[in-house]
Amino acid sequence: MAEPASQWVVRLAAVGKTFSTSGTATTAALQGIELDISRGEFISLIGPSGCGKSTLLRVIGDLVAPTAGQVAVNGKPAARARLDRDYGMVFQAPVLFDWRTVEENVKLPLELMGYDGPRRTARALEMLELVELGDFLHHHPYQLSGGMQQRVAIARALAFEPSILLMDEPFGALDEMTRERMNQEVLRIWERTGITVVFVTHSIPEAVFLSSRVVVMSPRPGRITDVIEVDLPRPRDVETREQPRYFELITAVREALRRGGAEAEGGLAPDLASIDRTMAEGGIG
Amino acid sequence: MAIAGRIDHSRRRRLAILATFVAVVLIGWELVKWIGGVPWRFENVLGTGLAIDHNPPFRWPFASDLTLPHWFGILSALAEPVQRNSEQSLGQFLAGAALYTWREAAIGFVVGALLGLVLATLFVHSRLLERAVVPYVVASQTIPIVALAPMIVYAFGPSVASVVIIATYLTFFPVTIAMIRGLRAPDPRALELMRSYAAGRWATYRKVRLPASLPYLFTALKIAATASIVGAIIGEGPGGIPDGLGRAIINFNQQYISGPEKLWAAILVSSVLGISFFAVIRAAELVVLRGRPGAAAG
Repeated sequence: MAEPASQWVVRLAAVGKTFSTSGTATTAALQGIELDISRGEFISLIGPSGCGKSTLLRVIGDLVAPTAGQVAVNGKPAARARLDRDYGMVFQAPVLFDWRTVEENVKLPLELMGYDGPRRTARALEMLELVELGDFLHHHPYQLSGGMQQRVAIARALAFEPSILLMDEPFGALDEMTRERMNQEVLRIWERTGITVVFVTHSIPEAVFLSSRVVVMSPRPGRITDVIEVDLPRPRDVETREQPRYFELITAVREALRRGGAEAEGGLAPDLASIDRTMAEGGIG
Repeated sequence: MAIAGRIDHSRRRRLAILATFVAVVLIGWELVKWIGGVPWRFENVLGTGLAIDHNPPFRWPFASDLTLPHWFGILSALAEPVQRNSEQSLGQFLAGAALYTWREAAIGFVVGALLGLVLATLFVHSRLLERAVVPYVVASQTIPIVALAPMIVYAFGPSVASVVIIATYLTFFPVTIAMIRGLRAPDPRALELMRSYAAGRWATYRKVRLPASLPYLFTALKIAATASIVGAIIGEGPGGIPDGLGRAIINFNQQYISGPEKLWAAILVSSVLGISFFAVIRAAELVVLRGRPGAAAG
């Protein structure tokens, strides 16, 4: 590529991660990962359980140290980027704190990062209005629905203006209707903030609907088998889900997954419906 | 409004259950004496001037006036002078003793709770330290306190300090064990989240671990509150402290034949003291955990 280096938010070169499972036995969670993510991209990582997509997300976020290769984020090592607070994290569970109100939950990172009182309040309000929860400042998390809780988690992740948002199956625990609404919401936020998103998912339609590129991974060892450009026009909305191109891309991702799976399983195609359904995954998922 | 009404309703219900329980115990108590106690004579029943003699059909040794005095006898003993020719009533004397014992217990409670908190904090941050020291923390509690108390008094002298150390000894253990658990209570992803904020150990401790551990802390503090009272009472004997409930219990034990009600009254006051301390911690818990789900339970 000819673009200047500063265009890349994330550069992964020959990244590998090996876990020692029991004594001398090891598992290759990731092997030979090469991936560049440019500023403002929306990247999905998709693959069956155990393909290492969550691990890859954590390697980018410096929550897991790779055992091979280089990870550069904003032109810095990942650890430096973490200390510079370049990452916003959203997990499958909202991980909100019950002893804090919605507003106080959003303020937590701001407290840690030394924002003063008025700035914290202003920023928390702005973020909660962005996710359309401006009327729920003083509620406690357990008083909100699952989708609303996840929106609080997104507001919290964006509050300190990180340059990259890492989302680990954020809508995996939500019902289909809520999930589609949240997809729409996340696109709206992405378009408004221009943030770079790395999004782990099990759902092919979700990946296609959201992403600028879908990164297809396969297990044993976890590696990238395909990268599919999603050329659907933006802004995307309900009608996007009815376009022929949308279905073509879904088929393309499904076939890429099958190819990856076939390689790994030695010719046997995995049950892709079950991949779609699988929500929970193991430690190296 | 609806919630407030429900809380009020459940509180009234609990009070009713408690009152019923106390009534059943008191009636059962007298029933046992009625059936198997010693003969007794009612003078002037309900102000009618009539006297009734009652001769129970059995003579159970555990229901005699010496082993099981009438509970109203115990209550009325509280109003009588503590010693012959004494200005002070037994109730006043025991209240003063209880306050004295509570002060010792409270100091031990605070020191023990802080010690437990510090130990648990160290253990949670160092697996090595946890593996090396926790077995000794557990072993420390297998030594009977009646054996340990005289040794502590021998080491630190017959003083309030010794009593406080004994109360501390009984307090730190439940706090340590519960807080090891409590400080590890946060979701692993909450710790990842803090890491992604580049938050250090101290910030993670203050903002996540400690708040998450508070329900565990209060459970332990409630146990520790009653344990500290027991520790102080036991310690006062060998500690040679004349002013607390421990000495009162020893003295009244020696005078049991001449006045069993006094020992019963001292036991009653001791347990009221323990329950009151427990209730204070429970009230603090309700205030501190206000707004959390399930805060009203337990």
